[in-house]
Amino acid sequence: MAGAFSLPERGINEPKRRSFLDRLRSADQLAHVLTMVFAAAILLVVVLLVFELFRNSGESRSKFGWEFFFTSQWDPVAGKFGALPFIYGTLVTSAVALLIAVPLGLGAAVFLAELAPPRVSDALTFVIELLAAVPSVIYGLLAVFALVPLLRDPIQPFLNRTLGFLPLFQGPSYGVGYLAAGVILAIMVVPFVISISRESLLAVPNEQREAALALGATRWESTWYVVVPYARLGIVGSVFLALARALGETMAVTMVIGNTPQIAGSLFAPGYSIAAVIANEFTEATGDLHISALVELGLALFLLTIVINGVARLLVLATTRRGTTHP
Amino acid sequence: MMRHRWRKFVNALMFGITALCALASVCVLFWILGYLVWNGGRALDLDFFTQLPKPPGETGGGMANAVIGSGQIILVAALIGVPIGFLGGVYLAEFGSGTVPFLIRYTADLLNGVPSIVIGIFAYTLVVVPAKHFSAFAGGVALSIILIPTTLRTTEQFLRAVPQTLREGALALGASKWQAVATVVVPAAIRGVSTGIILGIARIAGETAPLLFTSFSNRYWGTSLNQPTASLPVMIFTYAISPYADWHRQAWAAALLLLAAMLLLNIAARLALSRGSYQRT
Repeated sequence: MAGAFSLPERGINEPKRRSFLDRLRSADQLAHVLTMVFAAAILLVVVLLVFELFRNSGESRSKFGWEFFFTSQWDPVAGKFGALPFIYGTLVTSAVALLIAVPLGLGAAVFLAELAPPRVSDALTFVIELLAAVPSVIYGLLAVFALVPLLRDPIQPFLNRTLGFLPLFQGPSYGVGYLAAGVILAIMVVPFVISISRESLLAVPNEQREAALALGATRWESTWYVVVPYARLGIVGSVFLALARALGETMAVTMVIGNTPQIAGSLFAPGYSIAAVIANEFTEATGDLHISALVELGLALFLLTIVINGVARLLVLATTRRGTTHP
Repeated sequence: MMRHRWRKFVNALMFGITALCALASVCVLFWILGYLVWNGGRALDLDFFTQLPKPPGETGGGMANAVIGSGQIILVAALIGVPIGFLGGVYLAEFGSGTVPFLIRYTADLLNGVPSIVIGIFAYTLVVVPAKHFSAFAGGVALSIILIPTTLRTTEQFLRAVPQTLREGALALGASKWQAVATVVVPAAIRGVSTGIILGIARIAGETAPLLFTSFSNRYWGTSLNQPTASLPVMIFTYAISPYADWHRQAWAAALLLLAAMLLLNIAARLALSRGSYQRT
């Protein structure tokens, strides 16, 4: 290597050349270390993030302990903080979102990956990817002015008439509430379910399909009995990713959940979610304890989504063998 | 024979049902577009780009300061996030091997999934509390934390897509490792990398939750990065939940502007990617 580099001027320039080359070699080390420092910055950020959330929620943690998550009185004036209504609201809205988004997203993913003609599939996938880029505040805006009126008038009274025997669909319809938040969340997470499930399905080896078809299966039978089971871990992973996203989604939920810290059995009732209460009360918090309680909610949300995301990444990894680890 | 026909029927039926699912998901985009163009198109005028917001309840005014404010915050975020993410990505693709890179990759993916409101709290404790006031800078820090993992991962993926033979060619000509990376590998991947970065910036441009308590909002022109600063997404939020019809009108206009910018960036980036550049693996 060195020979080829310094061939013409060998002789007078040799010592100088060599030191230049040496410098280049040590520059390799330098570049290695420098880029590693920048890459490691991300570890630092996460460590710092956990530390700050932990430190700033100290007051609330020491005052309420685990009780914080099991009491339902939220009264900043009296200095009482119980997170149960927010946890309940977060879980209920996410559950509604998944109940709608998973069947829809899976069906669409199966269509795009297996059944649709390639040209159609490409065009539709492109649109789905654009959907994933729409900011959540825009979903929120549409939810406030388009979805909520729709729910208030035809949809909720209709559900009440047909399924009103279930406690889920009873009570007055305000439009805003768990159902509105759940529906807009569903619309928001569908693109994620579709794109990740689709990737898992596309990662299934073609021999699997060909073998099924050769045995006389129809296109659908090969998809449903062979391809989907083969990709099931990735599909479950996509559901988990969608769940993590739904749990942490803030703006759209804040705008339509009704912002009432209560636990109601009916999906029509207004409620509150963890992310929404942080968004609404953080800047107007009445004291250190209030801030501390909100940070503790943030910490809980963080840990919840980290665990769910961690599991999801591993599942997706197991099917697609891409993403986090490269071969 | 019956059974054969039944299987054919199920095949066709499921084709129809799944196609409907896909169609319904895709229609949402056109629903959004239609609604925004219809409501926002009527509301978007010159005042929107040149006037400051009016006090609550008064009609008229615009969001000129929020358009500029968004630009400032995004610029700060990009200046912090892009170099860190890019160089980190170079490390993962070119220099790293073993456990540390795996850990960094996994952490980046996890950080990517952290709810943006939590990032907002973090930036608040990190920047706003010590400075004792909201600022555009704090908003930029919050958004940069969202930008870093996406930049890191896309940079890595596009660098990895560069064929190994290019690296070997550079090394065979006597280039040192970092010369090969800087003069051959990165230029070969630059189109994909920059597209990925643009997509990342497009994503943070629409983030609202982390800005609520970092850059906050401001009715007037922000004169420095050290002040509370208005931004388009936060303005959409406050205007949408306000009781004033004229503010609703302006929220639609702002949303249309934001969505148009977002879609144009995304479409342009994907078109640029589809021709030329090594596809990411």
